[in-house]
Amino acid sequence: MPDATGLELIAQSVRENVGETAVLATDYSHEQATLQVAPDSIRDVVKFLRDDAEEPFDRLMGLWACDYLPDEPRFGVHYELLSMERAERLRVKLRVGPDHARVPTIVDLQPGANFQEREAYDMFGIEFEGHPDLRRILLPEDYQGYPQRRDFPIGGEPVLFTFNEHKMPRWYE
Amino acid sequence: MSDSLSIEPVYGTAAEPESELLTINLGPHHPATHGVLRLMCTLEGEIVREMIPIVGYVHTGIEKSCEDQQYWKVIPFVERMDYLAYYYNAMAYCMAVEKLIGVEVPDRGQYLRVIHLELNRIASHLFWLATSALDLGAVTFLWWGIRERDLVLDLFEMSSGQRMHTRYFQIGGVFEDIPPGWEQKCREFIRILPERLEQYAALLDENEIWLSRTRHVGVLPREQLLGLGVTGPLLRCAGIPWDLRKAMPYSSYEHFDFKVAVGTEGDHYDRYKVRIEEMRQSLRIVEQALDGLPEGPFIADDRKYVLPPRHELATSMEALIHHFKLVTEGFRVPPGEVYAAIESPRGELGCFVVADGSSKPARVHVRDPSFVNLQSLAPMAEGTLLADTIASIAMLDPILGGVDR
Repeated sequence: MPDATGLELIAQSVRENVGETAVLATDYSHEQATLQVAPDSIRDVVKFLRDDAEEPFDRLMGLWACDYLPDEPRFGVHYELLSMERAERLRVKLRVGPDHARVPTIVDLQPGANFQEREAYDMFGIEFEGHPDLRRILLPEDYQGYPQRRDFPIGGEPVLFTFNEHKMPRWYE
Repeated sequence: MSDSLSIEPVYGTAAEPESELLTINLGPHHPATHGVLRLMCTLEGEIVREMIPIVGYVHTGIEKSCEDQQYWKVIPFVERMDYLAYYYNAMAYCMAVEKLIGVEVPDRGQYLRVIHLELNRIASHLFWLATSALDLGAVTFLWWGIRERDLVLDLFEMSSGQRMHTRYFQIGGVFEDIPPGWEQKCREFIRILPERLEQYAALLDENEIWLSRTRHVGVLPREQLLGLGVTGPLLRCAGIPWDLRKAMPYSSYEHFDFKVAVGTEGDHYDRYKVRIEEMRQSLRIVEQALDGLPEGPFIADDRKYVLPPRHELATSMEALIHHFKLVTEGFRVPPGEVYAAIESPRGELGCFVVADGSSKPARVHVRDPSFVNLQSLAPMAEGTLLADTIASIAMLDPILGGVDR
């Protein structure tokens, strides 16, 4: 893990190489380093950290989304980066909103993001622009809504039992 | 009957059978897909040209359900994701929450966790061996693998009361100390398993069918494996010694002497050998942990987060109050975000927890290794025979409960 100073150095080099506005905030807590970046610059940041940084973070270990309702902007997308040489992790995070959020894809930079971006789209409705195959992955293709958003109620999906069968007419179709 | 109506056989320009593409559907209910995995395969003759995995058949919305549970009630939910490595899911989640609230697990709790994690790794690999060898025609292994796995499950039953989904790991430590006689039984298992592994090797290592099904099959370049985010035995068999137990030790793993098994070529045979060797190393860890098991508490004694011992409830008013608060309301966790990653039998299992200050997590995400590793199935299978696809699924070892969550 880079420590708090290391995180500031990473942020500084990202600012110098990608753009002054690329880094929005840094956060070091629970011994974990998080770099918050502007949504537009995520591709450049991931590419810079992969290829050109002095101490690169070249592997994408995970990608997931998160709904911070009622905060604004509402959604967060997290990119868990790893350097296998130094055994260090860095979390890059971006915030987008409101409802129909669009984020540039990083599938061409990190192929491992493919399924995970699809999952984020499936559950939160965040559209990854340029993704080669952005379809729902876990839910049926004709599903309406994005169930992991915080305003989607738990139990929002009626479950068919014998006792409520008559309340769901023609359920068998 | 005029001649014009008679049907003449047409000898047309039928395409060569090899160049004709045929799309077939494999699954979701197919014994060789290790769960409900559906594969749309486009075949050219017997060669797979394109494969699209379709998942989600056992999606039960566990991550969403976790958001409606108190922190300590989430543990049984996450355990049901990867149903062969339940201790690992609970471990990743507990580690994340422990980081958020800053609770230290006592040494004995850490060692007991390591013992159960490694036994679970053995059980998971044994079940993998049982089903995978079955897919490749070695039917004996279905019984042999499950026979040995049952010994591990007996141990789990003895220490936690359950054979699967044990809910043994708690936030702050483990639920109970191991009962008297458990250590002896565990040592008995440590004595038995190496003999049995020898028996497996005698059947498989030089078996003509096994070798021809696994040697030089399903090799992916290292760079591609790394790019796809593949971790675990699949990555190590390609010669990259990446193991979180060594690279970023957690739960006292730095106290134990063990080796990371790596392969050279990265074919199915290496995948098999790496997993077998991992079982041996796990046994070494368990033995060392039993030898060096420290005395002391097995769970932290921070009463704001950990249930008080049962015997105190009859005599101590404070213990009763804490017990009541913890069971009814749960504990509150200060706001924060934490990602905790461990090395599960299938690779990096990470748990990301967002706390908003209430007694329920705002978001629980599990980075499941099966889900990420599954992306390497299509490149592994494309260009090989359809029969080798079955071997690839088996050696990839995806757990669909973990893929779909």
